[in-house]
Amino acid sequence: MRVPTRTTRAMAIAMAGVFALSACGGSDDGGGSGDGATGGGAGDPDATWSMYIGQPENPLVPGNTSETEGGQVVDSLWTGLVQYSREDTSVEYTGVAESIESDDQQTWTITLKDGWTFHDGTDVTASSFVDAWNYTALSDNAQQNSYFFGNIEGYDDLQAETDDEGNVVAPPAATEMSGLEVVDDQTFTVTLTSPFAQFPLTLGYTAFYPMSQAFLDDPEGMATETPIGNGPFMAEAPLSDGQGIDLVRYDDYAGEDAAQSGGVSYRIYTDVNTAYNDVQGGNLDLVDSIPPDAIASAQDVFGDRYLESPSSSFQYLGYPLYDPRFEDVRVRQAMSMAIDRDAISQAIFQGSRTAADDFVSPVVNGYREGACEYCQYDPEAAAALLAETDFDTSQPIELWFNSGAGHDAWVQAVGNQLRDNLGVDYTLRGDLDFAQYLPRGDDKGFTGPFRSGWVMDYPSMQNYLEPLFSTGAQPPAGSNNTFYSSEEFDSLLQQGNSAATDDEAVELYQQADDVLLEDMPAIPMFFSVVQSVWSENISNVYVDPFTRVDAAAVTVNS
Amino acid sequence: MGRYVARRLLLTIPVLIGASFLIFAMVYALPGDPIRALAGDRPLPASVQAALRAEYNLDDPLLVQYGKYVLGLVQGDFGTDFSGRPVLQTISERLPVTATLTGVAIVFEIIIGIAAGVLAGLRRGSFFDNLVLVTTTLLVSIPVLVLGFVSQYVLGVRLGVVPVAGINEGLYSYLLPGLILAAISLAYVARLTRTSLADSLRADYVRTARAKGLDRRTVVVRHTLRNSLIPVVTFIGADIGSLLGGAIITESVFNIPGLGRAVFESIQRQEGSVVVGVITLLVFFFIFFNLVVDVLYAVLDPRIRYE
Repeated sequence: MRVPTRTTRAMAIAMAGVFALSACGGSDDGGGSGDGATGGGAGDPDATWSMYIGQPENPLVPGNTSETEGGQVVDSLWTGLVQYSREDTSVEYTGVAESIESDDQQTWTITLKDGWTFHDGTDVTASSFVDAWNYTALSDNAQQNSYFFGNIEGYDDLQAETDDEGNVVAPPAATEMSGLEVVDDQTFTVTLTSPFAQFPLTLGYTAFYPMSQAFLDDPEGMATETPIGNGPFMAEAPLSDGQGIDLVRYDDYAGEDAAQSGGVSYRIYTDVNTAYNDVQGGNLDLVDSIPPDAIASAQDVFGDRYLESPSSSFQYLGYPLYDPRFEDVRVRQAMSMAIDRDAISQAIFQGSRTAADDFVSPVVNGYREGACEYCQYDPEAAAALLAETDFDTSQPIELWFNSGAGHDAWVQAVGNQLRDNLGVDYTLRGDLDFAQYLPRGDDKGFTGPFRSGWVMDYPSMQNYLEPLFSTGAQPPAGSNNTFYSSEEFDSLLQQGNSAATDDEAVELYQQADDVLLEDMPAIPMFFSVVQSVWSENISNVYVDPFTRVDAAAVTVNS
Repeated sequence: MGRYVARRLLLTIPVLIGASFLIFAMVYALPGDPIRALAGDRPLPASVQAALRAEYNLDDPLLVQYGKYVLGLVQGDFGTDFSGRPVLQTISERLPVTATLTGVAIVFEIIIGIAAGVLAGLRRGSFFDNLVLVTTTLLVSIPVLVLGFVSQYVLGVRLGVVPVAGINEGLYSYLLPGLILAAISLAYVARLTRTSLADSLRADYVRTARAKGLDRRTVVVRHTLRNSLIPVVTFIGADIGSLLGGAIITESVFNIPGLGRAVFESIQRQEGSVVVGVITLLVFFFIFFNLVVDVLYAVLDPRIRYE
């Protein structure tokens, strides 16, 4: 009997496998994208085409989909209350909503259009929205997009009470938000906790999509079944793990932007390089974010089937403001001025990033080119400014980033520039994967500038300011990992939120932005551009700032 | 023989329990917070985090978590991953894919590997022997990643003779990935067969067989090859086990949705249920194929008896 030796060997191999695998952790930051259409002409209305996606992290449930891969599919399957204009990302009433109105920016009346149906034939009514929102907001349902309803009255009653260690001490007090009220089949009202002029602008986001009664009756069972939406495409079978999902045109679609093709097949790839090879080989029709090392050659290979689109993605290096070393605002300004963002963008990202010159992305209304005075590369001024402070240049600056996501090269380049221009040495702290990196930030564990990124949820300046820098968004409640807190900034944001018109709101947000640009709680680094390529088989490709392809608009050439 | 097999199969039970516990403990020991990583840069309210943790028993101590897992297991419940998908569904969708890929690879290993090994072993020092030597050295020394990408680009993208990626074209899609997956093992099989055959050819009983006037064919096939295949069969048996779980690189390059990729992605996301379920299954396969190999010994070499 030699069983014992075999046992050990089998286990040793299994264990070796686990060790080898666990060494490769990591996560990706948001991708990006933008604007532009090509081609035209009537195509074959019944032909289908295929597109690359990465593995979606969650089931195709809008309330639980917060990443781009699943988001692309969800966007094809659902249409929300409003959509965004291709020109300036303003609200367009081409979705389910007829109108969204308010007198005081706090109580909103939403009226729906007639004729919208889910893929199973049932009507889209006010309850389809209200029930779906209550479902997503209720903490027991563990939906990742829950926090989007945080400004609706009664949201707190739907959250279980937790102690400091995250243990539930009391279940949610209610299952329906008091701020949501169905008036009739076509009308419902939303009461917010405080006025928010740009509320309609937020409603195009995935979290606010309606859900069918079939889903609401059995959410857990339906999560892995064939999704039922109200969008231009419908699914005939559930997503096949690791392979993808095939969608077909929904012929009873009530919206104006019906699908221009017979269907789209989303194919899951682990490695975008493989997808790029596949589109070159003609087996795949569209890749919407090609690998950076392919960018230079892609233009030659694909010609007018190559598209650059700006994305909402914003990369920055946050300062740990809880660290006395970065307390002096001049230190923060000086370090920002000592970084040549253009050089890094060209050398490392082949132009897939552009130098950031504001805290808000160029894709939203209110962005000002060159707004960030301290983002302009000026090594002499930076060194002089730093010399005025009592910053200890003999101690290295620690630069933090999450591992396995391709941040090593550019963070190191930043370190080199700080060393050359300011005479401060640096240490790289890039050994934590996302699962360790994020809690570390929440626990005020960073000892130097740390990498962070943001992809907008809805096209408003406010979405770049409030979630990242307001006092109320400090962890664990939000993503303000710098722990920045400014009364002036908070109050300007509040004024912007309750402004009567969009223009007034934007003006106040810009003033809030100005406070940030002076205080520099973070170093704005890059805005993203994504590069897409497609086969000769399709035309009319448009990638929006959410990095999502407008699948309904794509036509298949006959 | 029957009793031996039964005894061996019974012994897999403690092995599986031990292995699953070890893997479970290792996933548990991974640093970081999987729930926090789910949301990325976006906030996740404490109440939602608590609900998720409760759903996946993440706030229990290790032994309690494992106990709950095993309790589910005996009821046929393999648990769910973080997106609510039953692990059993993942396994049942991905196992056939991995099995096909492994099957194709093993067929390549057996046909090409043994044939090359036998021919080289019979004609030691010949041009063909040297050719096998050089080719196998080359195959072993090139990383699979390079081999995979280069062959994919040349054969798939440039020449278009095989599908670039995916499994949409049936068995045909598995041809190139299977060959790439088999490449290294194939080289070992060829080498092993060659050496083993060459050794046996020098053995006394072969000389005796020749001396009593048997023709060369009978000597090689019946007396030499059968004996010299024992180490090769051992190798292939163990290889099936490791190919089943170790095809991560090939599966990624050729975008084949198999078990290796599922494990890889789950470890990144610290989805204990998927990792433990799949790896325990792989451990079982590994033990099973070793048993098959042991039984095959008796078939190949009548001197070996199990009782």
